[in-house]
Amino acid sequence: MTPDYYLVLAAILFTIGAVGVLVRRNAIVLFMCIELMLNAANLTLVAFSRITGTLDGQIMAFFVMVVAAAEVVIGLAIIMSIFRARRSASVDDSNLLKY
Amino acid sequence: MSGADVLLLALGAVAVGAGALVVTTRHLVRAGLHLVVCLGAIAGLYLVLGAELVAWVQVLIYVGAVVILLLFAVMLTRAPIGPADDLDRAAWPAALVGAGSGLGLAALFVSAYGWRAVEVAEPGTAGLMGDRIFGSWVLPFEVVSVLLLAALIGAIVVSRPDIGAKDAKERAR
Repeated sequence: MTPDYYLVLAAILFTIGAVGVLVRRNAIVLFMCIELMLNAANLTLVAFSRITGTLDGQIMAFFVMVVAAAEVVIGLAIIMSIFRARRSASVDDSNLLKY
Repeated sequence: MSGADVLLLALGAVAVGAGALVVTTRHLVRAGLHLVVCLGAIAGLYLVLGAELVAWVQVLIYVGAVVILLLFAVMLTRAPIGPADDLDRAAWPAALVGAGSGLGLAALFVSAYGWRAVEVAEPGTAGLMGDRIFGSWVLPFEVVSVLLLAALIGAIVVSRPDIGAKDAKERAR
């Protein structure tokens, strides 16, 4: 098994997620792109756990998933309350703290 | 090239293609459905890597829970179901950052391992993972459970304006 395939694949997936966060405007699509980046990081963790022959990387990926689930719950609650206040889910419309 | 490598290339192509569609599609709901395909392919990659428990937890948490939550959010924000043209902003800074991070990460990883093969270790079955989690990783496990409880309470407080408003009124008094 050559680990580089997995690592290059994870780098590609992370790049897609990062580009998506910068390009898209809808807060929910931003969340999807953040999930892509977290999954790329998980893929590297699992690949490294295979490289080193221990299970620690897989356990860390497990914890990352739990934290990602908590993050999605809180983030969607925030998006909902922003939507309730400003009638929009676009991140460009919530700019009160910008200047 | 072994069977695992063929599976890796096929699943990796599916994951990258579906991920690219998440970022480029003009339909919000379709972005969520492409995300399901992408996360499912990554779960398959975990299986190829021998991480059984992580693969099934991926299917349960990501494909089962997170994507459903995201689709609920799409419905609750009354997003237009058809194509939406105002989803994108200028692409050149994103292209710059993307090229930088992608090439940088790939070069770093490849230079670290230089295309050499490694021995395949023991698979991460539920029993072995449980031994490790409740052995040396038990403290982070407990902290994560507290984090989940805090997220649960936080989501209820944030999404129910009557709770927060009553609190603020009492504090102002």
